[in-house]
Amino acid sequence: MQEVLEAVETWRTRGERVALATVVKVYGSAPRGPGSKMAVSDKGEMAGSVSGGCVEGAVFEECRRVLRTGRPLLLRFGISDEQAWEVGLACGGTIEVFVEPLTW
Amino acid sequence: MSIYEYLKQAIAEERPVSLAVVVAGQHIGARLLIDPRGERLGSLGDPALDELVAADAAALIEEERSETRTYIAGGEELQVFIESYTPPPHLIIVGAVHTAMILCTCARELGFTVTVVDPRGLFATRERFPNANALIVAWPDEAFPQLRMDRSTYVAVLTHDPKLDDPAVRLALQKPVRYVGAIGSPATQEQRRNRLREEGVPEEDLARIHGPVGLDLGGRTPGEIAISILAEMIAVRHGRRLS
Repeated sequence: MQEVLEAVETWRTRGERVALATVVKVYGSAPRGPGSKMAVSDKGEMAGSVSGGCVEGAVFEECRRVLRTGRPLLLRFGISDEQAWEVGLACGGTIEVFVEPLTW
Repeated sequence: MSIYEYLKQAIAEERPVSLAVVVAGQHIGARLLIDPRGERLGSLGDPALDELVAADAAALIEEERSETRTYIAGGEELQVFIESYTPPPHLIIVGAVHTAMILCTCARELGFTVTVVDPRGLFATRERFPNANALIVAWPDEAFPQLRMDRSTYVAVLTHDPKLDDPAVRLALQKPVRYVGAIGSPATQEQRRNRLREEGVPEEDLARIHGPVGLDLGGRTPGEIAISILAEMIAVRHGRRLS
């Protein structure tokens, strides 16, 4: 939380809503461990990270969706498919990311 | 006070706290904050589940670990992520020597709060330690009572002078600190252990001393020794026995 706290504080002070994405489970090797966080404001600003940059784009979109629907989501990202431009992790691990509106 | 505000305050005051959230199953998004001092905020939607999770959170925070666990509540399976917020690790360096300067810089990069203690004002200067969080020109017995010395604290004793090193090691061992490393060759270590034994330091505390300090990486320069000390601290933090 510490890694995104300053940005989250700034956005909240400006009255913006915030979505929070947290790595909650890691299988195999993954760049960032449980608890790693990324925050997105409803203005589209972003802070922190949940991987080595492989899935942040997809997580950003899900954060925006959660801000629209208000409903939390559990996402899972596995190994990337070399055949397609699919979102995934290059390191071969799998991560689960919980995305929620920061309403608590 | 909201859970967010409570968490923010605990982080600012460097106090440990656990935060649990249902990430799959009934009441997804429900949160419970557990303060090891006793206070709780929120709920996961089931008082019995709150109790189970609070007990697991207490064990996880001791290991500085966060993880998702599976529980059964109301006949249904659900997943709860338990996050441990622990204060930043605190490194106390006794001896404002050359190795200490590099150790201070590298430890700061890794997120440590660093305090440098040395009664010799010539060594313990801001010019030599520009990024130390605190620089205390005093003897260990004067400096230590003002410092946080808990399970997240690491003490590296580096002066090579028994007048300073002995009391620093003895006083550090009286606290529940995670790591006590003391510089010196195996012969120096043995002599120090004997002196401390005569002063009444118990054997189980003497066994806590990491000395010669640092992992054996083969390096000899101040920078190489600083890295070997930091490497040993990281291994201890994560429960690896390498030295």
